[in-house]
Amino acid sequence: MKITFPHMGNLDIILSDLFTRLDVNFVLPPKTTTKAINLGVKYAPEFACFPLKVTIGNLIEGLEAGADAVVMVGGIGPCRFGFYAEIQNKILHDMGYDFEMITLEPPMADIKDFAGKCKKIASKKTLWQILQAVRIVWKKAVAIDEVEREVLKWRAFEKNPRDTTVAHKKGLAALKDAITPCEIKKAKEKALSLVNEVEKDLCRCPLKIGIVGEFYALLEPYVNFDIEGYLGQKGIYLERAVYLTDWIGPSKKNSVMGTDSDELAKAAKPYLSHFVGGEGQTTVGHVVKFAEEGFDGVIQLLPFTCMPEIIAKSVLPKVRKELDIPVLTLIIDEQTGRAGVITRLEAFIDLLWNRRKKKLLAVG
Amino acid sequence: MKVGIPRALLYYKYFPLWNTFFSELGAEVVLSPQTNKRILNLGTEAAENEVCLPVKVFYGHTLSLKDKVDALFVPRIVSVEGGAYTCPKFLGLPDMIRALDVDLPQIISPTINLKLGWREFYRSIYELGGYFTKNFFKITLAFHKGLNDLRSFKHLTQNGCLLNEALTGRFSPVPKGPLRIGVVGHPYNIFDSYVSMNLIERLQKKDIKVLTAEMVSPEIIDEIVSNLQKKLFWTYEKDVVGAVFHWLDTRAVDGIIYVLSFACGPDSLIQILIEHEAKEKGFSVPIMPIVIDEHSGEAGLVTRLEAFTDMISRKAVKEKS
Repeated sequence: MKITFPHMGNLDIILSDLFTRLDVNFVLPPKTTTKAINLGVKYAPEFACFPLKVTIGNLIEGLEAGADAVVMVGGIGPCRFGFYAEIQNKILHDMGYDFEMITLEPPMADIKDFAGKCKKIASKKTLWQILQAVRIVWKKAVAIDEVEREVLKWRAFEKNPRDTTVAHKKGLAALKDAITPCEIKKAKEKALSLVNEVEKDLCRCPLKIGIVGEFYALLEPYVNFDIEGYLGQKGIYLERAVYLTDWIGPSKKNSVMGTDSDELAKAAKPYLSHFVGGEGQTTVGHVVKFAEEGFDGVIQLLPFTCMPEIIAKSVLPKVRKELDIPVLTLIIDEQTGRAGVITRLEAFIDLLWNRRKKKLLAVG
Repeated sequence: MKVGIPRALLYYKYFPLWNTFFSELGAEVVLSPQTNKRILNLGTEAAENEVCLPVKVFYGHTLSLKDKVDALFVPRIVSVEGGAYTCPKFLGLPDMIRALDVDLPQIISPTINLKLGWREFYRSIYELGGYFTKNFFKITLAFHKGLNDLRSFKHLTQNGCLLNEALTGRFSPVPKGPLRIGVVGHPYNIFDSYVSMNLIERLQKKDIKVLTAEMVSPEIIDEIVSNLQKKLFWTYEKDVVGAVFHWLDTRAVDGIIYVLSFACGPDSLIQILIEHEAKEKGFSVPIMPIVIDEHSGEAGLVTRLEAFTDMISRKAVKEKS
């Protein structure tokens, strides 16, 4: 059995590591590019959400590269994501691919089924060995996220453009090669110091922007036109709402951002008082938090037709009005062009600078 | 107290229950008029662009009611059975309405979530009744009267009565033609004659018998969907899938029209399930998807219906000879 899986940000680093530890035979599909997107768009239903289209593209490329099994994560709703695996299975089989779909449903729903699937993927290892491997890889995932968070914050201060990006790449490479928990810790420290050592101009007073929205659009730089890199190099301090470990993490507590989901739900309550699947409620909660923390603005990433984010978008005008924080919603799908996104970002940045100037003048 | 019920979304599922419940508790129920151009425009202007058509229609109905009532009824229907949800939009609906930039009367929005069990369910019913009376027995009685009315309404639809006819009590003559077409999709799309551009009436005028998912018994639907590889976690999509699979199995229809609203999340995926099943089992029943949004034109629909029904009747003649 040769396994493949779709891309999402740094998920490939983490899963490759896990599969190597578990002696699982796997192929990595090529990183997401226009080719994968075009393939996905061709075979996915027209108004399915964008992540479904892209991941179908990934899987086609993975199967073409010789895989005969697919690992996907399932779900119990109400967001469409829970049904992705099933739909991908049907579409790819209808296309004529012969493969086995292994859907990991959330362990809370059916722990026995989950254990069985794990055993199936890593047939050479015992459940105990799998658990140990997951534990170590989890540490690596947390380390990767911590480094990324620092990169987002400090890129705004770099003296020479792209220095932080280069340091980030070096750091990731070191983390990729780390095997034991001790090595992972060392690699993380090295990565953090690489980012720290980048020559900085600390006299800047950058704009602070929070990035919220649907997790796939947040985590996959090819899909979001790497807006974090773009904004960072424009000298903007960024904080992001969702990291990979928040998504793959088994715990309800948010390990990286330091805010747990109950707290976010509380923050969102005056505007959206019930969870609506996906990140809908946390998106609103994060906007409220960013507003309270004095951020200059928030950018919401919304894959076209994403239900929870549309609900969030519908209540955000009220948040914007009551908490006086500008929110820019970027809707992303295969029709979205980079130039259009950049134009809107530039206009947004101008708006934020003007607001800041006005505020300073008012104070002083 | 005047309670406004928008004639949209889950009105098509539960109106008899709410109507009786509120009336029994002494409230006056005000129902918004049939969808028309003005209502649709109100909705599309107020809603964010990306919101799906049925929710925009709901916005329109709510706004058309706001000055005529003391309270608006916008329930948060999270789950109507143990293991499944409704669409996410139903979960956020009251908040979406509250976020509208207009002055609204009081909004009554009980949370109905059967995932939390019957105790929680009855608690929200009593909370809802509490808006009108403090009398525990009166609420219980009113609710059970409402349930009874809902049951008889469902009984009607299951025995072949079309949902809009069962709701309004206006019955049209039964078509006598030999052709039968199954029309599936959300009731709030199909039975809103403005939104669906009179789809059902058009078919009936051609003397075609129209079958809908409401006419398939819940037991059959449950059995069919329990055979699915993955459990469907949206209740109202189960009805669509169950009915289509049932019709395909029993060859009860000559053709199927699947009405989807543009950018409807669940519909986009269910379509794949249906097409896959039909293909897998090698059924020859033609399936035509019709996607509607606020820009849909009548001429396009008429042409497509014409072509579809012609094709089906030619096929039926051929099979008989």
